[in-house]
Amino acid sequence: MESDEAAVRMRDITKTFGSTIANDHVCLEIYRGEILSLLGENGSGKTTLMNMLSGIYYPDAGQIIVDGREVSIRSPKDAYDLRIGMIHQHFKLVDVLTAAENIILGMPAEGRLDMKVIDEKIREISSLYGFDVDPKQKVYDMSVSQKQTVEIVKVLYRGADILILDEPTAVLTPQETDKLFTVLRNMKNDGKAVVIITHKLHEVEEISDRVVVLRRGRFIGDVATKDTNAAEMTNMMVGRSVSLNIERPEPKDPQPRLLVTDLTVRDIDGVSKLSNVSFTANSGEILGVAGISGCGQKELLEAIAGLQPVESGSISYFDPNSGRQIELLGRTPHDICNMGVALSFVPEDRLGMGLVGNMDLSDNMMLRSFRCGKSVFTDRKKPHELAEHVVEELEVNTPGVSTPVRKLSGGNVQKVLVGREISSAPTVLMTAYAVRGLDINSSYTIYDLINRQKEAGVAVIFVGEDLDVLLELCDRILVLCGGQVSGIVPGRGADKRGVGMMMTRLGGEAAK
Amino acid sequence: MNHKATEPFVRITKRDEIAAWRGWLIRLTSLVLALAVCAVVIYVIVKLNPLKVYGAMWEGAFGSSKRSWVTLRDTMMMLCIGVGLAPAFKMRFWNIGAEGQILVGGIATAAVMIYCGNLMPTWALLLTSFVASCAAGALWGVVPAYFKARFKTNETLFTLMMNYVAIQLTSYCVALWENPYGSNTVGVINQQTKAGWFPPLFEQQYVLNVVLVMVLAVTMYVYLRYSKHGYEIAVVGESERTARYVGISVRRVIIRTMTISGAICGLAGFLAVSGASHTISTSTAGGRGFTAIIVAWLAKFNTFVMILIAALLVFLEKGAMQIASQYNLNDYASQMITGIILFFILGSEFFINYRLVFRGKKEAK
Amino acid sequence: MTQVLSLLQAAMVFGTVILFGAMGEILTEKSGNLNLGVPGIMYLGGIAGLAGAFWYESAVTSPVAIVGLLIALLCALAAAALGGLIYSFLTITLRANQNVTGLTLTIFGSGVANLFGGAMNKMAGGVGQISVATTSGAYRATLPFLRDVGVFSGLGFMVYLAIILAFLASYFLSKTRKGLNLRAVGENPATADAAGISVTRYKYLSTCIGAAISGLGGLYYVMDYIKGTWSTDGGIEKLGWLAVALVIFARWKPTQAIWGSYLFGALFWLFLYIPNLTRSSQELFKMLPYVVTIIVLVVVSLRKKRENQPPASLGLPYFREER
Repeated sequence: MESDEAAVRMRDITKTFGSTIANDHVCLEIYRGEILSLLGENGSGKTTLMNMLSGIYYPDAGQIIVDGREVSIRSPKDAYDLRIGMIHQHFKLVDVLTAAENIILGMPAEGRLDMKVIDEKIREISSLYGFDVDPKQKVYDMSVSQKQTVEIVKVLYRGADILILDEPTAVLTPQETDKLFTVLRNMKNDGKAVVIITHKLHEVEEISDRVVVLRRGRFIGDVATKDTNAAEMTNMMVGRSVSLNIERPEPKDPQPRLLVTDLTVRDIDGVSKLSNVSFTANSGEILGVAGISGCGQKELLEAIAGLQPVESGSISYFDPNSGRQIELLGRTPHDICNMGVALSFVPEDRLGMGLVGNMDLSDNMMLRSFRCGKSVFTDRKKPHELAEHVVEELEVNTPGVSTPVRKLSGGNVQKVLVGREISSAPTVLMTAYAVRGLDINSSYTIYDLINRQKEAGVAVIFVGEDLDVLLELCDRILVLCGGQVSGIVPGRGADKRGVGMMMTRLGGEAAK
Repeated sequence: MNHKATEPFVRITKRDEIAAWRGWLIRLTSLVLALAVCAVVIYVIVKLNPLKVYGAMWEGAFGSSKRSWVTLRDTMMMLCIGVGLAPAFKMRFWNIGAEGQILVGGIATAAVMIYCGNLMPTWALLLTSFVASCAAGALWGVVPAYFKARFKTNETLFTLMMNYVAIQLTSYCVALWENPYGSNTVGVINQQTKAGWFPPLFEQQYVLNVVLVMVLAVTMYVYLRYSKHGYEIAVVGESERTARYVGISVRRVIIRTMTISGAICGLAGFLAVSGASHTISTSTAGGRGFTAIIVAWLAKFNTFVMILIAALLVFLEKGAMQIASQYNLNDYASQMITGIILFFILGSEFFINYRLVFRGKKEAK
Repeated sequence: MTQVLSLLQAAMVFGTVILFGAMGEILTEKSGNLNLGVPGIMYLGGIAGLAGAFWYESAVTSPVAIVGLLIALLCALAAAALGGLIYSFLTITLRANQNVTGLTLTIFGSGVANLFGGAMNKMAGGVGQISVATTSGAYRATLPFLRDVGVFSGLGFMVYLAIILAFLASYFLSKTRKGLNLRAVGENPATADAAGISVTRYKYLSTCIGAAISGLGGLYYVMDYIKGTWSTDGGIEKLGWLAVALVIFARWKPTQAIWGSYLFGALFWLFLYIPNLTRSSQELFKMLPYVVTIIVLVVVSLRKKRENQPPASLGLPYFREER
């Protein structure tokens, strides 16, 4: 049931952050009585675009037209007034309050809280669309799916009839996803406009009426779901292969360095992040890890580094010097270091985890080495020299070695971090999104560093989001999908579309 | 996120950094402003020339050699507590319990002096008191630390409550040791024998105080800046996530640091009893445990800056006592003046850390 | 039997002082502000009330009790709210550290109060010589129909006022929209901000109003507890810290603070009613309220029952991130 007049029309929307163009003249139409999927890889600009509808960002250029009138949405309140409501990936709920209290929080009204009337209205909305919400339940007692339901009801309570959901099924089990889809269909039949931001192709096929694809901030295509298929959609999402001219030396005598068997990890809420993941990382080889954001790469690296509690499985390290096999599972980073395992980890969160923002380069270099030596005093000379060495070798743009690290630009921060991790002569090097936000030159410097480590016999695990880079840099690629291993393919000669399929559907093209 | 269509009248942005001289200028300006406000207040209350009043304050603090020494002694006491608080605060552990840690250190010292006064020579008494007061203070500090490390119990509230337990413990001991009977005061301990008192060095009574605290201050400075422990404290205080990432045991650092912090504050109690008043009462700490928190925080845990701020506050206190006797004002004026000055300095920190951008002016990069 | 009654009465009088203090601080802490200046604010309330009554009684030949009562009340509320305003301005607008600002306020408040109190004492002829008999009498006047009813004989109206205020505060927090918004501000200011609630406004208002209520505790102490005079023995400060302890003991719930305050009062005076205690052991008894509070603090953090925890953003500053 489609209406002719678009509920929302976005014309030539452009938004830049610093030097990054998040949205580049994007045009989009949203209709009532329809479920639209907004599809794209990480960094394609989907969430930014929708954030402009929900009042969190304001477009640099372009128009937003709601129900035929041009509007200016400057705050979430403006969005609510236009009956637009967004359910974000990170819920905005107060744990210690009940569902009902969270739903009405901040709504303009005076005086007494008449919970009876509020509860009644909530139950009405719930039964209308098929939700299961207990208004009196406390949020801290709720599962992730229930919390999401509260967020949806929150938006409906305020009278929204254009709903935007950002990656709603990322945190849901298959059964919960089915329930959600039933609800969404009910809302569509009630004449509401629903937009789902997603990566998951099978869901797009299952639930949506129309698909819009964005890539690198640009609008690529707009098709009715029934007129397209998975292969075509993947093509639109990832585009044609781009040649990057990244060096890829052949691995010399690769030996198993890290053996991961049946690794299973759950997060604090009990949601399964990794399920029976098994693979081997070999010395002198770069193993790439591909997957949609949130498919478990972060948990994988943190589990190996000892920062993430693991439910079951095994992580075995083969020491090249002694030939011993050491079990890393359940060890803290301190233990791992003490056992003589030279494991280096460049985390995704550079300034929040990998470095101390307020300390200078020297002191940050000391983070790994400060325990060395028998003296009670820290040896500041060596880290100082290391800092100067890194600055020179990697051409870090900084006023000096005594500058606080948070003042450096993203690329330079990363060079410092990678430089430090490499300096401890690791046998295993893990990097998460090593070139995210970096300019071209810095990126190539990093690829270079990684290649040299590989040539020195280090087992490198490279988690990345740019498939083109993965295909050119890595010797083998491990593809994760929803916390499980979707496939392990050789990097040379891999087909971009095939890998893309494996990222969005377990087993890729082969699995039907 | 703009609610209005136009840019707000004035925006607040965090400053990247500020030239050191400019920071000091702002602080000095606020101090002068505060003194001006106090002058007005003083004039309104007592109708006296404020400059004369300030002059009298100077007299009270430095008027005679004896007075100067007392001022110095009390500055050292304040500095000692500040030095004790520095490592805890650097770790972002809010040790509000200095007052109690001082008192238990004082109790331990008094106990040694009273029970062992006749059994050991003074140097042995001093050594025992030193160790006992450190242990007592450390105990008082480590209990809240354990609960914070293990169960994330709020340390501000816990250490605060420990203060009052300590005060009552002190009252108990005072009643236990009261001399003469029924007076509810302990009186000067070992007045005849001076057993356990700080001996005068170079013919001055308080030289040992100064030496002890300065050694402590320098040691703490070195500890925080150059030792491995100090580095761990800094990392834990700046970013717990990073600390875990490099394998630092946050729990161990918290407990270890609070043991040290409590011990040094306990030592301040030793200083107060053995080195100053030679008695124990509930006013042995005299609120200095709280004032030192402000001193340590304003000095940004730098032990040398602490000397300056401590000196300023002690000067105010001594000077106010002088005003009280000279002008018939009661000596609580010093607290009021201290409060006003601190308010201004606290407020001035805002102008050091943030910049106001008015509408229309382009922000200079 | 009368022993128990007199202990109960002493407990209620003592408890009322800290009940006011705690109630005000609960309101403040619910917004996320940890105001360690409560003793200072109670000082300000006490001295302002006393000063107001004093000037009134000295200025008028035959002072009317009710007028004196009202003047003292208004002065106390105003002075205490001013203290709260100073705290709010420094910590919210000027982004100063909450602990340090609160402690400074305590120093300032006790300094101002003892300064003026001492000065007034001197003017009246010596320590403890000030007497605002008429006004104090008004505060201590017992409600007529309760005059002979056991425990309630001899209790001034503020005792009942405290209880009523506590119930009102509890109602406000749990059953009104604004109370809900306030709770959200203290738990998760980012979420409250996203929901369109003005975090700054709620923090300012709850801190100032909370301070005003705490100030009433100081007023009651001056007018009723020590019967209309001033002494520089630091009594208010001790009670102020006990009020802070009571907030924790009551787990941030005003109605819990009522019986908690009387319990603290009973614990405090218990030593008088136990025979054969040496004076030293009496002091140990006075430790009980604080020890009990520490136990509650530890148990609460062990059990982790959400409703008993301090407001999640207590003591933490909130600044909206710049985009």
